[in-house]
Amino acid sequence: MNFGQSFRLAVKSLMTSKMRSLLTMLGIIIGVAAVIIITSLGNGMQNYMNDQFEEMGSNLIQAQVWTTGTSLDIQAEDMYALVEKYPQYLSGVTPYKTVQGTVRQGNDEFKRTSVYGVGETFYNIDKNTIMTGSSMGQGRFLSYVDVERAQPVCVIGAYIEKEAFGGDALGKTLTVSGAPFTVVGVLAQNGDNSEGSSDDCIYIPYTQADRLSQGSYYALYMFTSIDRSTAAAAKGIVENRLLKAYHDSDYYLVMTSAEMMDAMDSMVNLLMAILTLIAAISLLVGGIGIMNIMLVSVTERTREIGIRKSLGAKGRDIRSQFIIEAGTTSAIGGSIGIILGIIMANVITNVIALVLGTGNDGFVAMPTLQGIGVAFGVSVAIGILFGYLPANKAAKLNPIDALRYD
Amino acid sequence: MEHLIEFRDIYKIYQMGEEEVHALDGVSMTIDPGEFVAIVGQSGSGKSTAMNIIGCLDVPTSGTYHLGGIDVSTMEDDQQAEIRNKMLGFIFQQYNLIPKLNVQENVELPLLYAGVSAEERHERAVRSLERVGLADKRKNLPSQLSGGQQQRVSIARALAGNPSVILADEPTGALDSRTGREVLTFLQKLNAEGDTVVLITHDNSIAVKAKRIIRLQDGKIIYDGDSQDPQAVVQPHEEESSEDDGFAALIGEGVEG
Repeated sequence: MNFGQSFRLAVKSLMTSKMRSLLTMLGIIIGVAAVIIITSLGNGMQNYMNDQFEEMGSNLIQAQVWTTGTSLDIQAEDMYALVEKYPQYLSGVTPYKTVQGTVRQGNDEFKRTSVYGVGETFYNIDKNTIMTGSSMGQGRFLSYVDVERAQPVCVIGAYIEKEAFGGDALGKTLTVSGAPFTVVGVLAQNGDNSEGSSDDCIYIPYTQADRLSQGSYYALYMFTSIDRSTAAAAKGIVENRLLKAYHDSDYYLVMTSAEMMDAMDSMVNLLMAILTLIAAISLLVGGIGIMNIMLVSVTERTREIGIRKSLGAKGRDIRSQFIIEAGTTSAIGGSIGIILGIIMANVITNVIALVLGTGNDGFVAMPTLQGIGVAFGVSVAIGILFGYLPANKAAKLNPIDALRYD
Repeated sequence: MEHLIEFRDIYKIYQMGEEEVHALDGVSMTIDPGEFVAIVGQSGSGKSTAMNIIGCLDVPTSGTYHLGGIDVSTMEDDQQAEIRNKMLGFIFQQYNLIPKLNVQENVELPLLYAGVSAEERHERAVRSLERVGLADKRKNLPSQLSGGQQQRVSIARALAGNPSVILADEPTGALDSRTGREVLTFLQKLNAEGDTVVLITHDNSIAVKAKRIIRLQDGKIIYDGDSQDPQAVVQPHEEESSEDDGFAALIGEGVEG
C-alpha cells in the first residue's frame, strides 16, 4: 500500500469522527499556534527595535560617565577635542543631559515632560532629524551660538506645543525649574503624542542644563562615528580617552548602537527561546493525546486490522498505515495551528497599533517562514513519533485473534 | 499431477494449563485444483484450526503443509501474508468488509497489498463485482447493502486477487436460508467455472452442496469422500437421531439443484 492511499484513508477516518479528530488535534493546534504567535511577536519586537535604532542611527556611540566632582572629571570640551582629533572615526559629539525640573507654562505644570540638555550636533542637518529620531517640524534646532553662549532657548516636542501653546509655540516662553526659555523650534510628532511619550520633551542647550542641575551623578555623551563600520574603532578611542582621565574603567560605560542592538537582539532571542520552549510543552502534550487516541483506534479497529492481514497486509503495511494516520492528524493540526497563529499575530498587531496609536509602521508581529517551517515539521514529527507505538502494536496483532475480535 | 493442498501428518497442539489439547491430531489429506470440498465437523472438531492452517493464518505444531507445491508450514508472518495475498481468497461468516470503505475499495484491498497499479485494480475490481452481479453498487458502503449482497461483495473481494483456493468459513452462517442457498449456488457456479473451493461448516445440509466431504472429529479425519455417499453426513453421535430424515430430504434437494 502506498503513501497516497494511506494518506487518503487517514483523512477519511479523520473526517468520519470530526469532533474526536478536532479534540485529538487540539493540543497540537494550541502548541503550534502558540509557537507561531511567540516567534511572530519576537520577530516583530526585534524589527521594531531595530527600526528605532536605525532611526537614531546605527553609528551612535553612547558614553556614560560617572562624575566625581573633582578636577578629574571629563568636560564637554574634552569630548569635542576628541572629535577634532580623530575626524576619520568620529563625526560629532553632544552632551546629553537629563534635567530634573518642573516645566511650567502659564498656570499649567507638566510633570512628566523630559528635559534634556544637548549640543547643536544633536541635530543632523542632512537627515533633518535629531539623534533620537524625531524630525524638525517648525523653526530651527539649537545652534552653536545658543550652546556657546548658553542662550535661554529651547526646542519642544509636538505634545508640549499642543498642550502648552495650543499649537502655536514659536517665540513664546515656558519655564524649567523657574528659568524662562524661548521656543525656537518644534519637533514633528514621532510617538503617539501623549503625555510622557517621546513627543513630551524639551531640548535646551547643555550649557543651560549644567546650570539647572548642578551636581548630577553622571554625564552622558553621544558620539556619532563616520559610519557603522567605524563604530567599534570609535568606541575604542572614546574608551581610551576616558581611561586616561579616570585610570579606572569603572567610572564610565561606552556602548555603540550596534552593540546595544545586538544586546537587545540576544535578549529578545533568549526570551523567545524560553517562551517557545514553554509553548513546545503543549506540543508534547498534544503528541501524547495523539498516541492515546491512536491506541484507542487500534483497539477499535482490531477487526479491520485482522481483515487487512487476512487479505495479505504485512506488518509494515499496517504499521505505515497507522503512522501515516498519526502523522496526518498532527500535520492537519499543525496546519490549523499555523493559520490560527498567523491570524492571532495579525490581531495582536492591530490591537497594539490601536492601543499605541502608532498605525501600520509601528509594531508588526510578523510570522517568520522559519518559525512556520519548524512548527509544522515538529508537529508532523511528533505525530510520527507518538504514532509509532500504537502502529507497532497494530502491526503485531495476530490475524486469527484480530478477526475474532468484536 | 501436483496437489494444490497437501497436509502431511499435521498436528496442532495447544497448551491449556497443564493439559495438551490436540486440535489437529495427525491429519493428512490432499485437495486438487478444481475440487469443491467441505470440511465438516462440530465445534471442537478441529475444523477451525484446519481452516486457519489452510488459510496460512496459523502454522502447524508439526507436520508439513504444501500449498501449490510450496512448503508454507514454517513461514514467517510476512511471508504468510504474501501467500495469503497471492493464493487465497477468504469468505467469512461475518462478511468482514471494512465499513468505512465503499464496495469497490473493499474489493480492491487484496490488489492494493499485492502492489497492483490503480488502473488495473479498478478494472479487476469491476470485473470481479460483475461476476457477483453487484457492479452497480460499487460506490455504496457495505452498510447500505443487504446481508446477501455483502457476502457477494466479500466473494468478489476473494475473487479479485485471482486466488488458487477460495476458502469459505461458514459463509451462510449469518444469512437467512434463502440467501444462504443463493450464496452456496454461487460457490457451486464458481467451482463449475474452474475455481477450487474449500468450505468449512458444521452444517451437513450445507456441506452436501460440495462435491467432497472431509469430516473431522477430535482432530482426526473420520470420513473423506463423495458428498452424496450417505456415510458422508453421518455424525457419529447422531447416528440414531431422527434428523436423518431431514438430511435425506436436503440431499434430495441438493441433487435436484
